[in-house]
Amino acid sequence: MSETRTIEVDYLARVEGEGAMYVRTEGDRVEEVKLSIFEAPRFFEGFLRGRDFREAPDITARICGICPIAYQMGASLAMEDVCRVTVDGVLQDLRRLAYCGEWIESHALHVFMLHLPDFLGYPDAVTAAKDHPDMVRNGLRIKKIGNAILRLLGGREIHPVNLRVGGFYRTPTPAEVAGLREELAWGLEASCEVAEFLATLDYPNLERDYEFVSLVHPDEYPITHGRLGSGSGLDAAIRDYDDVFTEEHVAHSNALHSHRSDSGEPVFMGPLARFALNRERLTPRAAELAERAGLGAACRNPFRSIQVRMIEIVLAFEEALRLVDGYRAAPTEPALPVTPRAGTGFGATEAPRGICYHRYSIDDAGLITDAKIVPPTSVNQPTIEADLRELVQTHLDLPDDELRHHCEVAIRNYDPCISCATHFLDLTVDRQ
Amino acid sequence: MDRADKGPLVIGIGNPWRGDDGIGHAVVDALEGTPGLATAKSHGEPAELMELWQGHEPVILVDAIVTGAAPGTLHRLDAREPLPRGARYSSHGIGLAEAVELARSLGELPDHLIVHGIEPARLEDGADLSPAVLDVLDQTIRRIGRDLAASTTKAG
Repeated sequence: MSETRTIEVDYLARVEGEGAMYVRTEGDRVEEVKLSIFEAPRFFEGFLRGRDFREAPDITARICGICPIAYQMGASLAMEDVCRVTVDGVLQDLRRLAYCGEWIESHALHVFMLHLPDFLGYPDAVTAAKDHPDMVRNGLRIKKIGNAILRLLGGREIHPVNLRVGGFYRTPTPAEVAGLREELAWGLEASCEVAEFLATLDYPNLERDYEFVSLVHPDEYPITHGRLGSGSGLDAAIRDYDDVFTEEHVAHSNALHSHRSDSGEPVFMGPLARFALNRERLTPRAAELAERAGLGAACRNPFRSIQVRMIEIVLAFEEALRLVDGYRAAPTEPALPVTPRAGTGFGATEAPRGICYHRYSIDDAGLITDAKIVPPTSVNQPTIEADLRELVQTHLDLPDDELRHHCEVAIRNYDPCISCATHFLDLTVDRQ
Repeated sequence: MDRADKGPLVIGIGNPWRGDDGIGHAVVDALEGTPGLATAKSHGEPAELMELWQGHEPVILVDAIVTGAAPGTLHRLDAREPLPRGARYSSHGIGLAEAVELARSLGELPDHLIVHGIEPARLEDGADLSPAVLDVLDQTIRRIGRDLAASTTKAG
């Protein structure tokens, strides 16, 4: 006897990604789990060809409305790599500050608006706000502080326009930067309180044996640079990314899957990976909260990713405060001069959802001849599918609507950047 | 709180680089400079909206709204009733109805808030406003004017 049941969640206007989930079961076995991303291909890598190398940060920023800095910075770093320029000192500090803003606004949107209602037992943040108005109000204010950092350093918060190859078009005055301080100090305290609160909630049990991959850096929690590291001991330069990982197309997704070239195994990037591989480089308050939350040396329960994101918000506030306090004078020039030379360059940063990798080849005139960009959600797809398979297998006895709810909650653990796959999930359960 | 001290406000929401999603900004451009009327533009971020409208009364939001009706169809929603929420959130942003309902949950909603929606014909990157939407621009502005006049009369 075979039975197909389809459950649909209506689509909405103003959404920026489309996904669906398909589950096929036979008897008490899950045969197939597919996370489909049918967001249309966007051809960024194609239309970057022939453009000037200095245009890459502005063009790639349009890939994402919530993490444009990841694209601008990755593109800039790759171009600087080709042209043998290293941005450091005050300009590098300002880049890290801008990136802290992106982590704060992206993580806060996910923690407070998307993820927290699941653990408080509400269908959404609007409903949760009625009973927890201060929590939601503080969440919105925390997010707004991230936006304020981006507005100051990027010129505007969505698709910033002030970052460039070599640095910035305009650097802020010390007074402008100091203007962020009061809200940052409030944000740090408020975030610490939320992190303490999250440690008191109950989370479903799911321990997974992830191969974590993140950037690692000897001196700092990785945001803007580092080497490729993994839980199984990988240590490679960014320029070796394409040797370490292989991308492949699968029929059910318009986003390429990735796996380790040597073992063929999927990898997992993002907050849990950064946390596990860089635990000892957390900032003081973040480290203290992680300790008190009992997160251990690594957190392998994806449902607890909300706690790790919150700890990274705390870290971003601590780092932002340190950088704001250290900004005594604007650099003499807002950007280093960058002269094109033919070659291939590599850049990678830690976007809120994990490593965002860029590779470009340019010619002597500075025109782009080849481009490759790998966003973390794409890399994480096989891991998300594997986790869902495990989850569905253990909850097969549930009716479709409850199973769908479990899957929706689970997918939100990964904060996937196909936004809609999280909430506008079209789940098909094919029971045979 | 000094509600209504700052007078009426019209906020245009949307992205002017996405075809008819720019209608909110276009309406605000046309209304800018009207004596006694404050105007603002926004991406629709809830915290920003709540900050923008604090102390203003009445508040009018203008945005493209997709319901499936013919392009250029005008919608008017009075926030004294809950706004219809088609779905919840995406990880990239929060819809207008969600932002308004969130403000209501938090007790940050103006007493009098009206949403004027215009059904878009196209939302492509880089497109201009479509003829269907341009045709109803003046009509939208007249309808907003009537709402503003009605609320002034009531207040007087």
